[in-house]
Amino acid sequence: MRVANLTKQVNTGDSTLTILRDVSFSIAAGEAVAVVGASGSGKSTLLGLLAGLDTPSSGTIHVDGQDLFALDEDGRAALRARLLGFVFQSFNLLPSMTALENVMLPLELAGTANAAESARELLGRVGLAARLKHYPKQLSGGEQQRVAIARAFVTRPSLLLADEPTGNLDAATGAEIIKLMFELNREQGATLILVTHDAELSQRCGRVLQLAGGILQ
Amino acid sequence: MGLFGEIGLALRLLARDWRAGELTLLAMAVVVAVAGVTTVGFFTDRVNQALSRQANQLLGADLVVSADRPLDAQFAVEAKRLGLSVTNMLRFPSMAAGNNQNVLAEIKAVTAGYPQRGELRITDELYTPDRRATTIPAPGTVWVDEKLYTRLQLKPGDVVEVGQSRLPVAAIITQEPDSAIGFINAGPRVMMNQADIAATGLVQVGSRIRYRVQVAGTPSAVDTYRAWVDARLQPGQRVESIQDARPEIRSALDRAEKFLNLAALFSVVLAAVAVALAARRFLQRHLDACAVMRCHGASRGRVLRLYVIQFIALGCAASVVGCIAGLLAQHALALWLGSLVTVELPAAGPMPAIHGFVTGLSLLLGFSLPPLLALGNVPPLRVLRRDIGAPEGMGWLAYALGAAVIGGLIIWKAGELRLGLLVFGGFAAAMLVAGLLAWGVIVAVSQMRSTGVSWRFGIANLRRRRLASVLQVAALGVGVMALLTLTIIRGELLQLWQDSLPPDAPNRFIVNIQKDQIPALEKFFAAQKIAMPELHPMVRARLTRINDRSVSSADYADDRARRLADREFNLSWTTHMQKDNLLVAGKFWNEKPQRSDQFSMEDGIARSLGIKLGDVLTFDSAGSSFAAEVTSLRKVDWDSFNVNFFLVAPPGLLEQQPVSFVTSFYLPPGNVQLLNALVKEFPNFLLIDVAQVLAQVQAMITQVSRAVQFVFLFTLLAGLVVLYAAIASTQDERLYQATIMRTLGASRAQLARANIAEFAVIGALAGLIAAAGANALGYALASRIVNVGYSFSLTVWAVGIACSIVGIAAAGYLGTRQVLQISPLRVLRQLS
Repeated sequence: MRVANLTKQVNTGDSTLTILRDVSFSIAAGEAVAVVGASGSGKSTLLGLLAGLDTPSSGTIHVDGQDLFALDEDGRAALRARLLGFVFQSFNLLPSMTALENVMLPLELAGTANAAESARELLGRVGLAARLKHYPKQLSGGEQQRVAIARAFVTRPSLLLADEPTGNLDAATGAEIIKLMFELNREQGATLILVTHDAELSQRCGRVLQLAGGILQ
Repeated sequence: MGLFGEIGLALRLLARDWRAGELTLLAMAVVVAVAGVTTVGFFTDRVNQALSRQANQLLGADLVVSADRPLDAQFAVEAKRLGLSVTNMLRFPSMAAGNNQNVLAEIKAVTAGYPQRGELRITDELYTPDRRATTIPAPGTVWVDEKLYTRLQLKPGDVVEVGQSRLPVAAIITQEPDSAIGFINAGPRVMMNQADIAATGLVQVGSRIRYRVQVAGTPSAVDTYRAWVDARLQPGQRVESIQDARPEIRSALDRAEKFLNLAALFSVVLAAVAVALAARRFLQRHLDACAVMRCHGASRGRVLRLYVIQFIALGCAASVVGCIAGLLAQHALALWLGSLVTVELPAAGPMPAIHGFVTGLSLLLGFSLPPLLALGNVPPLRVLRRDIGAPEGMGWLAYALGAAVIGGLIIWKAGELRLGLLVFGGFAAAMLVAGLLAWGVIVAVSQMRSTGVSWRFGIANLRRRRLASVLQVAALGVGVMALLTLTIIRGELLQLWQDSLPPDAPNRFIVNIQKDQIPALEKFFAAQKIAMPELHPMVRARLTRINDRSVSSADYADDRARRLADREFNLSWTTHMQKDNLLVAGKFWNEKPQRSDQFSMEDGIARSLGIKLGDVLTFDSAGSSFAAEVTSLRKVDWDSFNVNFFLVAPPGLLEQQPVSFVTSFYLPPGNVQLLNALVKEFPNFLLIDVAQVLAQVQAMITQVSRAVQFVFLFTLLAGLVVLYAAIASTQDERLYQATIMRTLGASRAQLARANIAEFAVIGALAGLIAAAGANALGYALASRIVNVGYSFSLTVWAVGIACSIVGIAAAGYLGTRQVLQISPLRVLRQLS
């Protein structure tokens, strides 16, 4: 992944607010990188841009040799489907679906055969074999995040993006989640980009990118 | 992924949403709407089919020429020349007596060969197996139907008196092809051989005889004959074939169908409100799902397709359930209308189901497509930024599409643009008035200071969700109003009308009195010590010209006017205007009129036929014609039950025409011997029992209003779905509130009371609006149609408001009960 001169500005009435300024870096395949910084430093905005969920004011991102913003939104969606997995701070599980169905969804969207089998296997791997039929509201926070992790890994993505994955969890549960995420990452050999303000967590990554006021330190 | 894969995935997503209860309300709304529409559809379809399929059986022949005067012999001669089989028939009302009782019966005199089409079935004794009749009654005998047989309490071999003849009953008719009208309880039947008719002495001036020539044969011969008849048809003569299939029933049914359909649309409109509410909630709750799907690489178009397929599937499934419900419900409708519909009903066809599907799908998609389109626009960034809310819906466009769908449905069901627009406007106005009223009262109620915390909280809820509250009140109010009008108001109006009749109002009419019978009749009344009532002369004549224009029923669009132009008028003469008449235009003649060639006409009939003061009307009576100018218009109080005429002339104009006399008098109850003696002495008289006619009319009104009530039951159901949709759309907010209240120390009972207070107020308001609306309707009906003074009905207010409060508070409590049972800790965790 190559990021070059990335700038994101938003108009707030009469003034222009710069959230990211001229950010450039590259990440090699299989690397684990932590993006750290204080609240409002632009971490989440950067992650959104890396996933192609948002467009920059200027600058480029190349993923797997492809210029992300040369594609339209549907093109980027296709790229996400092919390459990316996500873990979110607020889990983002769908309340009307069971754990199993939440994990199956990305496979179903891609039209993969045996979606249920793969999902069941991965839920077993994250220790939720007995909770397949449970709805998100019947699961604890840690269990919900494990479902989210299973959902992120079930498509075997080559790039995994995680946004404060332990932000809503207590320390002990958070540690377990992190352990699980790194294990899976190793098993599948994916590139990991992790946004966090947890110092301990960032130490486990091979590289730390520090953001302050929208500028890469 | 191919189309099938896409559909498969959409269906799986649908199943998951269904299981999670996300779609129940949408489905319920569609089911109620489709059930309402298809109930009416299936029922009228069955009746329509019965009419078409049994058309020639209903006619008893392939083609019938009928007239109120004997038909020229050439009608039969030409039919025979074309190789058609021909029978003749005379039909008329007459008294039939037997076993010291008498009854107004329908006499049918037939010739050999009847019926040419359909089946005539008879039996020898009541409730024994019947058989197909191969002949007609032998000369000197009659066949009677079960109604007459039981009414006169006959036994096998008893004699029935018809006119001056005494004829033994040879068989009981169990099924007859051309039974009177099929929809209105026909009078009891006496069937006799035409050879016996002269001896009865009933064919005379003033008899209401319908002469029929009935033919049957090959279709081409029938067509040739019809063309021949059409070219020779005189006023007062009518031709009817299978294609015409009882036009009078058809048009009555068409009108009933239109009315019931529009009534059913009431529930569709309310269901639309529920669908709109539920679709908004669906949008809110699926923002995350969309964002996650987009994040996982589903394109905007794909997300949209998946949801549209889901909704189409949901619409289809709900429509199927609605159709099945409609199919079951129409059985109940047929049962309730039972004795009004005397024809055997075939199974319903597929058309109503298709109509139901179109209604269900357009309802669902019309109101949910705009939110769905908005759902496709959810930015995937929402997975990182929860503060990115719902994308803007299409605003007014969303409501415009919904309104267009409803407008289209109404115009489609009304069958014509003008009526459709009128009804659509009426709906909109009713909802608007109800809404404004509710809005005003909610604002007023929320100003009230109250000490009870639960009460205050409940009212605060109403105020905060003012729009939703107004919708619920209006929807439920309209449903309750319809039912109140059909039950309480209807009963009260009938009672008022009956009470408005003087107790000694005439209750018997005598029709068909011949001039030479008057002295004997006077003697009869004197012997019975009853004052001789006033006799009114009556001349039957056909209106042939208005000024220089000849009159044809084809000139009129209005049903009543067509009928009047087609039939004979009853005219009378008098020296003075009757007391119960009111002059509205022109001048009525005095005791010594200067000219005899003038008419005084009833105002309503003049308007129907487009006749004005000064118009010259030409009539034809038994071949001779006379003309006179309309010099006055009168209003007539028909409720007085006095004999009254549409047209009266001064003495001197009508005396030369064939005349009979008619009168009405009050017979104290229980004096049946007098009637029997009267019929015995004057067998040609027709005695009409007002009480019996009234009872029949009332029974019919009851049955019809039951059917309409049944249809409006769906309206109330739809109103309840709106209530639940409104509750559901605020469920999360209610949970959050309840949690905070619980955390602050409120008890479950307090919360329950707050909810009940909120819904009790909604119920009270809905009841208030319903009672006000029903009363206004009652007042309008009373002053415009029944012509009685109507005071505001306490029962309507009491019953309407009490029932709505209790019913809606209970429904609301059940709907929000779940909120009370959840532990506060859990809710806070979920909502954080």
